[in-house]
Amino acid sequence: MELPTQTFRVTRADLVRYAGASGDFNPIHWSDRTATKVGLPGVIAHGMFTMALVGRAVTTWAGAPDAVVDYGVRFTRPVVVPDDDEGTEIVVTAVVREVTEDGLTRLDVTATCLGEKVLSQARATVRTAI
Amino acid sequence: MSLDHSFVGRSYPPTAPYQVGREKIREFATAIGATDPAYHDPEAARSLGHSDVVAPPTFPMVLTMAASRQLIEDPALGIDYTRVVHGDQRFAYTRPVVAGDELVCVNTVEDITSRGGHEFLTTRTDVRTTAGEQVVAVWSKLVVRGEA
Repeated sequence: MELPTQTFRVTRADLVRYAGASGDFNPIHWSDRTATKVGLPGVIAHGMFTMALVGRAVTTWAGAPDAVVDYGVRFTRPVVVPDDDEGTEIVVTAVVREVTEDGLTRLDVTATCLGEKVLSQARATVRTAI
Repeated sequence: MSLDHSFVGRSYPPTAPYQVGREKIREFATAIGATDPAYHDPEAARSLGHSDVVAPPTFPMVLTMAASRQLIEDPALGIDYTRVVHGDQRFAYTRPVVAGDELVCVNTVEDITSRGGHEFLTTRTDVRTTAGEQVVAVWSKLVVRGEA
């Protein structure tokens, strides 16, 4: 079963706010100068910010903010966030892979930015029926 | 510089207790745009059976990233942090983190491999209460890029 697509807009302001809240002040997430110096096209989102947004999608599908029992991803491609008002957009979809006998739902999740996958092996297990 | 493979299986001493604050959870939830009342309102969280506001699934990173300094700053392990890229991340929950938790992190080096000139370091961090209750296990795989 395919779940409804959810989209998340990401701007530079979001990255600054996430840096402050998470304590991850790596300058590749706010300084174009630093990001380009290490070979990136520009400032990129924290992988953990992308993971957090996808986590929001998962709890929304699960219908409960505390439903996640297992959640893992591989970061495959950076999310480049331009310095403008629009920023970029992360599109999240999922399919229900399995419903276990003890009522857990396992999801295979896909997250893309500009049509490219930014995560692979993104899997979540929630303790609710979907 | 390369990683010392003899560190596989080694655990570090528990970190100093981290007090999970209600406002920190609200701040984190706001930063990721998570508006569910259980992340913000203690009454809403209590109606779900929790003692205080619930943390979103990736919140433990706030603690575990700070705790990982134990490994990053261990010269014997040999991580060149300027070459590190975040590879994988996973959380396996025993129960959600809630405000008021007093949590310690125990870091274990689970695996070190080399492939294609890069090194891969998998760490497991057990996040427990100061009373010893397991809350969440957190795995991070770091890629230490080889010198080009």
